[in-house]
Amino acid sequence: MASTIQELIAKRAAKEVQDGQMINLGIGIPTLVAKYVDNDNVYFHTENGMLGVIGVNEEDIDPNVVNAGKIPVGEAIGSSFFDSAQSFGMIRGGHVDVAILGVLQVDEQARIANWAVPGKNIIGVGGAMDLLIGAQKVIVTMTHTAKNGKSKILKDCTYPITSTRSVDTIITELAVFNYVNGQLHLVELMPEATLAQVEANTEAHFVNALEQEGHA
Amino acid sequence: MKVYDSAEQALSCVASGQTIMVGGFGLVGGPLTLIDALVELDVNNLTIISNNLGEQGKGLGKLLEQKKVKKAVGSYFTGNRDVGEAFQRGEIAIDLLPQGTLAESIRAGGAGIGGYYTKTSVGTDLAKGKETKIIDGEEYVFEKALKADVAIIRAHKADQLGNLVYYKTARNFNPLMATAAKVVIVEVDEIVAAGELASDAIITPHLFVDRVVIAKKVLTKEGVVEHG
Repeated sequence: MASTIQELIAKRAAKEVQDGQMINLGIGIPTLVAKYVDNDNVYFHTENGMLGVIGVNEEDIDPNVVNAGKIPVGEAIGSSFFDSAQSFGMIRGGHVDVAILGVLQVDEQARIANWAVPGKNIIGVGGAMDLLIGAQKVIVTMTHTAKNGKSKILKDCTYPITSTRSVDTIITELAVFNYVNGQLHLVELMPEATLAQVEANTEAHFVNALEQEGHA
Repeated sequence: MKVYDSAEQALSCVASGQTIMVGGFGLVGGPLTLIDALVELDVNNLTIISNNLGEQGKGLGKLLEQKKVKKAVGSYFTGNRDVGEAFQRGEIAIDLLPQGTLAESIRAGGAGIGGYYTKTSVGTDLAKGKETKIIDGEEYVFEKALKADVAIIRAHKADQLGNLVYYKTARNFNPLMATAAKVVIVEVDEIVAAGELASDAIITPHLFVDRVVIAKKVLTKEGVVEHG
């Protein structure tokens, strides 16, 4: 059972996963997605150099087997290890089917900001920009609003963008949006969420596609 | 390849003003013994190429604290607030690169490639000031190769020729850096006789490796443990 907002979002994101896919999970909510994927024919990639990431029990932890969040992970049957250049070659080269990422902001063109906050002395980008240009499909998992209550789905990102590439799907605790034909489409309301809530908490313009897709 | 008795001796070639590559993804695959010895050296104005720059006051973070770093090249300094603060004070220069660009630039440096075009970072702040080019209708950014005077890296085992094998996700940047520096210094868990490593399992052939020492600081489930 999804007990928190994060778990709820992760559980919904897991439904996007299709048989046979190679998937890269970012830090935070995306990491939670794996446990809701009930398919042995899905392979998790981590950019620090491993394909075949699974969960690990406390007693089996190997400190030298970690994911990109430096969290210990387990090894699936058929897993492999490789260096960082090959790992990012897989990403940029289009060999990773899906990237599921956390973001700080997303704009009306489904461009994301997730690597820098102006005025903060935190300097890092990691693999975010590579994943955005390389993954075949990008799914964003995020809370709909920031801690101060402001919408994170904006007309324009106020933080520096991660890529000019638009993401494909946005999943929050209130709604699921797809980016189609240059516009955000609201395609699904999350359990207990209302259209009024989504409208009140979304600064960006979006097309209400609920009826058309039979979710209303 | 030469085996050294101590990390201090292995680092005798390090001098002020040099560019040094340091392997590892955080502590995982980091040459922890060599980093601690590097911090003790009386050198300054170093350029450090490494994914991270340690944590506050730990590992490479100590080097920064001692004001021995002139420039840091890496992808993720988020784990060490000192980096941002030193940058704001103008004490260090920073080249922030996407992680895949960092890896590929090192690979290129080791392979005799001067630079290359990548789509990563196109249209973002990290592409500012960089040459761009349209290839087959898509925009790419030019990235220069990276090379160093010295690389300090971590491998699992070396044989007496200097052939290296790595351990699981402790591989990361290490085999790349082994190709891209004038002097390559490696710390390993074990040195075995030539012939003991399966030839088809060797990741870094010995022509890349100059100096080897046994690791004294090892990452365990309980944290970094020092032995012997």
